[in-house]
Amino acid sequence: MRPDAKVQKVYLYPKPVDFRKSINGLAALVELDIKVEVFNPVLFVFLKRLGSGLAIAAVAGLCLGVAAGTLPLFGAPLSPLLTVLSMVPPLAILPMLFIVFGLGELSKVMLIVIGITPILARDLEQRAREIPRELLIKAQTLGANTWTLILRLVLPQLLPRLLISLRLVLGSAWLFLIAAEAIASTDGLGYRIFLVRRYMAMDVILPYVAWITLLAWAMDFSLRRLTQLLFPWYEGAKA
Amino acid sequence: MSDRKSAAVAGGSIAQLEHDAPISRSAGDARPFIQVRNVWQQYGDQVVLERLNLKIAEGEFCTLVGASGCGKSTFLRLLLGQEAPSRGEILLDGQPLADEPDASRGVVFQRYSVFPHLTVLDNVALGLELPRAPLLGRLLGRRKRDAREQAAQMLHKVGLGHALDKYPAQLSGGMQQRLAIAQALVMKPRVLLLDEPFGALDPGIRKDMHKLLLELWRETRLTVFMVTHDLSEGFTLGSRILVFDKPRIDPHAPGAYGARVTYDIPLHEGRHAPGASAGLPTALADSFRTAYQGA
Repeated sequence: MRPDAKVQKVYLYPKPVDFRKSINGLAALVELDIKVEVFNPVLFVFLKRLGSGLAIAAVAGLCLGVAAGTLPLFGAPLSPLLTVLSMVPPLAILPMLFIVFGLGELSKVMLIVIGITPILARDLEQRAREIPRELLIKAQTLGANTWTLILRLVLPQLLPRLLISLRLVLGSAWLFLIAAEAIASTDGLGYRIFLVRRYMAMDVILPYVAWITLLAWAMDFSLRRLTQLLFPWYEGAKA
Repeated sequence: MSDRKSAAVAGGSIAQLEHDAPISRSAGDARPFIQVRNVWQQYGDQVVLERLNLKIAEGEFCTLVGASGCGKSTFLRLLLGQEAPSRGEILLDGQPLADEPDASRGVVFQRYSVFPHLTVLDNVALGLELPRAPLLGRLLGRRKRDAREQAAQMLHKVGLGHALDKYPAQLSGGMQQRLAIAQALVMKPRVLLLDEPFGALDPGIRKDMHKLLLELWRETRLTVFMVTHDLSEGFTLGSRILVFDKPRIDPHAPGAYGARVTYDIPLHEGRHAPGASAGLPTALADSFRTAYQGA
């Protein structure tokens, strides 16, 4: 990269640019390059990847969290295992994912699932343990068995918390998605960002970043409204 | 192992002889409803309860009083089946207690007695749904309507008929405890256990709750155990008052001896008539004061 061995430091210094011009210009350039329109629906595949990754992670996290948090039989082996698994950096095993799940959609979804499920599971496990013992005993005196106890007491109390946790891990989910798309993909937002990165075109990247931020904020907002709508009794949803 | 067990049994029968004589009040009963036989409870080295022997007839209202840390709540947990005694046994109607809480014993705690995610009506209907739907945990169609109707009747009885669709967080503390009582009573339990149920309520509301509880008790003739810190509450409500205290204290090993029932006082039901005062006998009041200072 260095132009001359004598040069100690290299500064990259783009001049002030008009965002509007360069967006249009680079959009045209990119259109030529990848032969896809800028607002083509193909560009929204990332939403499908993100959505399915989050959905799978939510279901898996909920099941694991409930099992580890309420049933000592499962909790004893599961809880330490989850702790260790959540420490594995998902991006470091990305090549393995590509080998196991191929270069297609599955490996990208799986990266999100593997990255997020342990976080969700551990959070929900903790919340399940925080349910006051009195409530569990009260449910037993009302004739609940272990299964109906989970069904009518633990699950309904954890569902709003699941939505809150999803809001918190949205950022990581985006990170994993963009990383996966940047490495092995021909579509999606992450791919586009890494494409224009070659041109050092911050004036295109920044609008993309703004666009991602807007999308993420919209998802966060709708998750919050959903929590308020579905669980009016939940105090944590008020803020 | 078996030696120790037989020693404990032998010790138990002696203890029963020396302990039963002065306090037994239902000796005439052929078979007491609840029988506590030489119950000890200890956690590690800490003995909490020792040599507890009681016979309780059906329909008694026992109030448990005593200083903090004297095992009142531990005894309630034993009755509930939340814990098993380290030694001895508790018989309910001649049968050993089930070792898990179940529908035969209702309970109201000071806090966290109602489910925050259910409306007032569903909180009570839950008790009717759970035993009848072991798979789904909920009833459907006509049976669900019946359960809700029955729950609504119970709620009207405790004075919550106007708040059926509210969530517990929208209710005051007193109303939440009314709900908890309705929830316990709709199961038609044989024993009702109350762990300082009115401890967090202000005095005016507490009086209303006393009235409600006495009404319900007279109507259902339940056997009630109530832990309270408030002596006058214990005397006003109970038909029998059990005082927990530690008769022996070793200052070098505070955990070596546990608490026992030091006073077991039958009270007349006539006191519940309006205007009757619930005065504390002077001698007893004195001994309480020393007990509290000692603790």
